[in-house]
Amino acid sequence: MKPAAFKYFRPDTLEEVLSLLAEHGAEARILAGGQSLVPLMNMRILSPAVLIDINRCRDLAYLREEGGMVACGALTRQGEAETSALVADRLPLLAAAMPHVGVRANRNFGTVCGSLAHADPLGELPSVATALEARFVIASARGRREVDAEEFFVSALTNCLEPDEMLAEVRLPVAAAGGKSVFLEIANRAHGFAVAGLAALVEFDAGGRCSRARLSAMGAGDTTARLRTVEALLEGGTLDDAVIREAGAAATKAAEPSDDVHASAAYRAHVTGSLVRKALRQMLGNGEQGR
Amino acid sequence: MTLILRARFFPPLRCGTDGEDPVMSPEKITVRMTVNGKAYVRDVEPRYLLADFLRHELYLTGTHIGCEHGVCGACTVLINGKTGRSCLQFAVALDGAEITTVEGIAGDGPLHPVQEAFHQAHALQCGYCTPGFLLTTIEFLGQNPDPDRDEIRQALTNNMCRCTGYLNIIDAVEDAAGRLRAKGGEA
Ligand SMILES: Cc1cc2nc3c(=O)[nH]c(=O)nc-3n(C[C@H](O)[C@H](O)[C@H](O)COP(=O)(O)OP(=O)(O)OC[C@H]3O[C@@H](n4cnc5c(N)ncnc54)[C@H](O)[C@@H]3O)c2cc1C
Ligand code: FES
Ligand code: FES
Repeated sequence: MKPAAFKYFRPDTLEEVLSLLAEHGAEARILAGGQSLVPLMNMRILSPAVLIDINRCRDLAYLREEGGMVACGALTRQGEAETSALVADRLPLLAAAMPHVGVRANRNFGTVCGSLAHADPLGELPSVATALEARFVIASARGRREVDAEEFFVSALTNCLEPDEMLAEVRLPVAAAGGKSVFLEIANRAHGFAVAGLAALVEFDAGGRCSRARLSAMGAGDTTARLRTVEALLEGGTLDDAVIREAGAAATKAAEPSDDVHASAAYRAHVTGSLVRKALRQMLGNGEQGR
Repeated sequence: MTLILRARFFPPLRCGTDGEDPVMSPEKITVRMTVNGKAYVRDVEPRYLLADFLRHELYLTGTHIGCEHGVCGACTVLINGKTGRSCLQFAVALDGAEITTVEGIAGDGPLHPVQEAFHQAHALQCGYCTPGFLLTTIEFLGQNPDPDRDEIRQALTNNMCRCTGYLNIIDAVEDAAGRLRAKGGEA
């Protein structure tokens, strides 16, 4: 279990990263926290000819609030987001999901953007970014473009980046006042990958009706999946027990999970429904806590 | 484990097949690292993992290798003060870093209070996982000096013990917390 040889570059700035990507493109891989890339290289599932290590690009490590969004740079570690006061205050959904991403030693090095770029359908952060309707800032030597989560996540472990592009920043909309968010997951063990999960965000109008619902399920499809039928069912109505039960059933129906050694597809679909019911009940019970 | 089984998800990509190294004669790169307070300079291939660097270049074989894909925690060391999987770090990427391995926590002196607590609680059987658990415990108690048992259990998810001696390990961490607090109180 040793990686194949590769050529190693350690640029200091985003500009240098982008010019290396322009030069090496499809041959190259970005090395961020290495917590997904290096296992795959150790197992020789991946053998990139060139690694572009972005860990010296200190300018890419930041979390800052601008225009109703929290901008998170490509080098911001998961552990930094987990302990950030800004994240705790402005992005309660992300804060709730953070401790579930691997274990401490993985989060000390793994980056938020690396997890998004990796696009695992069982990743917590892709699911949170989808529910929050995050904006993905993509950079290359040719310029910048911005896409939404549904464009960014193409399928399992596949994102929309061209070979000369990188994810420079993700922009996560700040939680609305009066909104509630819950993150839940079911795993075989208390750590590592889950078998199913849910990021849920519901906003209410002055009359207590649900004005906006965003639910994104982990492990319920080939990529992190918005539960649109459930959202439509919730929006405009009041959250009561009947609606919650209906929402759970709709979620089970909407889920298109797959079987693997960790869980069957039928179990995952069932759990997706249970998680929706549980999340909505928590929102009713928790007062302002789940904001 | 998870990653092997889930590998079918990976997109077919521009990668060499097993054994085919895309770069035939990789150049070596000079790396400077401080390990357990001692400065080292070595020339290594970029693909050299920190775990192998510690064991084969520096002969610090206290860092154990289990799974080599980040899951088990046997290879855990402190990298600039934070626990990291040495099987997932390239040595060249750590130029200028400070590393602490199990050999460095007490030096040649008496056992570190965390080691003493593991010893007293019989928190090791074969001992293969122990170096990783010790470094996880040192990081954890530095951040949370007075944890409850649930917090200890949560922190210990960082490592696996195949001898499944978890209950004694939890006892040891609880005892170690008391020892470190008492020591801090004296100082
Ligand atoms: C034991 C273990 C348990 C784990 N458990 C979980 C879990 O429960 N949930 C979970 O979601 N993840 C889990 N992970 C994965 C972990 O969260 C990774 O940190 C994360 O998926 C990738 O982040 P990274 O910074 O380490 O990226 P890397 O491993 O460095 O990169 C991952 C991929 O993304 C690319 N990449 C990285 N950054 C960029 C960028 N800015 N632009 C373009 N491409 C980029 C790389 O080229 C590579 O292909 C686990 C990993 C391990 C080893
Ligand atoms: S050897 Fe298992 S985590 Fe590194
Ligand atoms: S004591 Fe044997 S693996 Fe933990």
